[in-house]
Amino acid sequence: MKLAELETNFERKIQAEEKIEPRDTMPEAYRLHLIRQISQHAHSEVIGMQPEGNWVSRAPSLRAKQILLAKIQDEGGHGLYLYSAAETLGISRDEMIRQLHEGKAKYSNIFNYPTLTWADIGAIGWLVDGAAIVNQVALQRTSFGPYSRAMFRICKEESFHQRQGYEIMATMMKGTAEQKEMAQDAMNRWWWPSLMMFGPHDGDSPHSGDAFKWKIKRKSNDELRQKFIDKTVQQAYVIGLAIPDPLLKWNEEKQGYDHGPIDWSEFKRVISGNGPCNRQRMEHHKHWHEEGRWVREAAEAYKTRISTLN
Amino acid sequence: MDTQLDLWEVFVQGKSGGQFMHAGSVHASDKEMALKYARDLYTRRNEGSAIWVVLSNNIVSSAPEDAEMFFDPANDKIYRHPTFYTMPEGALQI
Repeated sequence: MKLAELETNFERKIQAEEKIEPRDTMPEAYRLHLIRQISQHAHSEVIGMQPEGNWVSRAPSLRAKQILLAKIQDEGGHGLYLYSAAETLGISRDEMIRQLHEGKAKYSNIFNYPTLTWADIGAIGWLVDGAAIVNQVALQRTSFGPYSRAMFRICKEESFHQRQGYEIMATMMKGTAEQKEMAQDAMNRWWWPSLMMFGPHDGDSPHSGDAFKWKIKRKSNDELRQKFIDKTVQQAYVIGLAIPDPLLKWNEEKQGYDHGPIDWSEFKRVISGNGPCNRQRMEHHKHWHEEGRWVREAAEAYKTRISTLN
Repeated sequence: MDTQLDLWEVFVQGKSGGQFMHAGSVHASDKEMALKYARDLYTRRNEGSAIWVVLSNNIVSSAPEDAEMFFDPANDKIYRHPTFYTMPEGALQI
């Protein structure tokens, strides 16, 4: 087939809701868009292990510690699924990690906030993973096969994450006045950054046009944000948490909540590197990547040794 | 020069007796490591009863752009399907 035919084939598949597979001919811009998006997604899963790791040694019970460890292991696994999906597009994991370390690739802004109390672990599971699930369920229908398959696998595992977080919040809301205050404080700090996870409003979203055309993105930032708000507000009320938004109110006509303005200057400040933990997150990742170098080298040396013995 | 080790493809058999399905890939430097990583990554919730791992480089695959030509020999042999045949009226269990 000629190149023009192959590109028509790409368009036809997209129109027919068929998945694009790694060896299919695809526009270069499609490939680059996916590499940027999937690697950012992968980095987010891996960097996201840090704020939670902060509480492993101080989890309030053995049960809580086991659960938190299992959750963090899942996040690492999700990072690996996603790196693999991106690798099928012709970029190596080594290169993706280099791009992260050089600041050329980003990760989700939300992980630049600190986990100050145990309630933050509840808030991350319930709100941050909750927001991620809304986004990832929509991405199950994304047009690139390996990305879509990674999303199915991840969504199946994420629902435990959200439930364990909500359980932590619910438990604290049944506790002492101090514990309730702690839970509300976590809610107050994580609510707005969670809403920002969906990205800029639809009118200000720079990458959306092509992403919609190619069916990489299936629902808009504002649609997804609305979905998250509508289901989360009810869950907050059930356990007695207040939403830190005085303008939040039910809109009967649209059958959803209206919310107050999001502080995008805060979003820009954090995403450009000036959040509370940006430096710490990157330094930690670089440090442990270097600390692990000898393990990778030893594994390679072992492989060479084994092959000479055989 | 850093290394992220070799790339392996992972196939998981859900239930004993069932088919092995491609689950994804792992990075590992040797086969035992690949098998253990595959276990940790793809069967954390009892998804598997057995795992195969194979170096990605050792997999040969057909090219999507050649699919039409490549699978052509199957297209005109409809007599390979049971529905091709006319069965006598009244014959049972066939």
